[in-house]
Amino acid sequence: MKENLSVAQLKNKCVDLKKNAISMIYKAQSGHPGGSLSIADFVTACYWHAMDVDPQNPRWVDRDRFVLSKGHTCPAQYAALAMKGYFDMSVLDTLRQEGSILQGHPDMKKCPGIDISTGSLGQGFACAAGMALAAKLDGKDYNVFCAIGDGECNEGEIWEAAGTAYKYKLDNLIAFIDWNNLQLDGTCEEIMPPVDLAKKFEAFGFQVWQIDGNDMEQVVKALDEAMAAKNGLPKCIVGKTVKGKGVSYMENQCGWHGVAPNAEQYRQAMEELDGQYVSC
Amino acid sequence: MNFDKKIATRDGFGEEIVALGKENRNILVVDADIGKSCKTGAFRKELPEQYLNVGIAEQNCAGVAAGLATCGKIPFIVTYAAFGSMRMVEMIRQEICYPHLNVKIACSHGGVTPANDGASHQAIEDMGILRTIPNMTVIMPADYYSARKLVRAAAEFDGPVYLRFTRDAIPVIYDEEDSFVIGKAKQLRQGKDVAIIANGDTVRLALQAAEELAAQGIEARVLDMHTVKPLDTEAVMDCIENIGRIVTVEDHNILNGLGSAVCELAAEAGKGKVRRLGIQDQFGMSAPYERLLAMNGVTVENIVDSAKALLK
Repeated sequence: MKENLSVAQLKNKCVDLKKNAISMIYKAQSGHPGGSLSIADFVTACYWHAMDVDPQNPRWVDRDRFVLSKGHTCPAQYAALAMKGYFDMSVLDTLRQEGSILQGHPDMKKCPGIDISTGSLGQGFACAAGMALAAKLDGKDYNVFCAIGDGECNEGEIWEAAGTAYKYKLDNLIAFIDWNNLQLDGTCEEIMPPVDLAKKFEAFGFQVWQIDGNDMEQVVKALDEAMAAKNGLPKCIVGKTVKGKGVSYMENQCGWHGVAPNAEQYRQAMEELDGQYVSC
Repeated sequence: MNFDKKIATRDGFGEEIVALGKENRNILVVDADIGKSCKTGAFRKELPEQYLNVGIAEQNCAGVAAGLATCGKIPFIVTYAAFGSMRMVEMIRQEICYPHLNVKIACSHGGVTPANDGASHQAIEDMGILRTIPNMTVIMPADYYSARKLVRAAAEFDGPVYLRFTRDAIPVIYDEEDSFVIGKAKQLRQGKDVAIIANGDTVRLALQAAEELAAQGIEARVLDMHTVKPLDTEAVMDCIENIGRIVTVEDHNILNGLGSAVCELAAEAGKGKVRRLGIQDQFGMSAPYERLLAMNGVTVENIVDSAKALLK
């Protein structure tokens, strides 16, 4: 049940996804817009190009898995899940509300399509490695896609998990580093210099792609190559991205990490995103 | 009482996990480079395809186990109690307990049993810490046979379980035929004057103390409270209601462990006097196991004295 959209169609799907993500944050007046926008291209490419999933059967045992290790950017994944039909679009209006399946950070027990609960940074990647390892133990061929933040790579557990991925030859594990260069308190260089994340993952034994993570064509190409390379090496796509990508006043602004737009800002965001559809 | 036969409960785990792994191929061991010491050597040799070792990386160990559990595996994380309860505690909370995944954390070196290793390896806080995490079950078997039975019960139970074993050899107090149910205390001695509620190797001390008390005309009920959470509230309430005098004994900090759990019930009931024996909220040191217990008043003599003090 893989979908096969053209790059132009994926770009438009990504605009839809961004609008839904910003809308739910606006309605909740709470959430993390900046990282939800920088990761949007990868999330879109996973759900509408790379992943074999069945929204009617979210726990299908042979499905591809998606782990949002940077769990605070769940509006992007929630939007994807609703658009895919895991639940009704109207549920998006309940983000962060009491009783909602859309918790502030993803909850696998409440929300269909969430493969593991995340939210505490650094932990999802190890879980993703565990899932990929289970596939290897069972002789199954599903892939595990994992979105990791650049700031999240401060966490030692990321590198512990990288060791496990290499040791157990998890070539079905595809990490994406959302290198938007902004953390909560400042730039990556200010907070904890990442040096060269691509070189780091290479040194840990990964097959690495360095791309513009907000260029859909490059994202799709890297994913295709990563999925095709069954060579025993875990995969890492290091995507240079822009935090807040697509909404001018949010782009590269540290202040838009965890703040909701007001009515005027929301109107402007929708207007700008509406102008980003391409002709197919 | 003949307590001459001594076996570490980690050995009970090491033997039972092999039997379980052969019966259910979804059972995995996930080691963090102290497998030999935690007695997974036989499992590694006999069931290599179910054996994983993620190195000295406990946080990752918990995450990998969680990921495996989402795919239908039953991973047993194996490490020392100090690391299995503290180095990986937030991963246990976030990735195992919160999603209620079927992961077991099987830890050797519980309490002060890693005696000569010193304070760094003596886990005196572990059961208290894990007791406060929702969805977690916390167990400390009293001897080799109960360890085997409770490891099996944990494997058959669907959900997170923390199991705590001893490094040092401790007396065997049960027979192969004894049975154990998670969350149900095992009453080892009838008594109407005082109740002694213990777990782990201190159950043996409680039995010895009950013998001494009997010689002095005092009848002590002895309970093996192997499951600290969920606590057998029925058994504890019966002690509170019908005896009213309780001594708790544990190889754990007196804060937040078995004694605290019993006190919580007594306080809410508004009756029952409790004396807590255990590690006196202080770090240990390199010393013989029995000496470390004695330094903290975890002795037969002190159990007897505490029981008598309650009767005054």
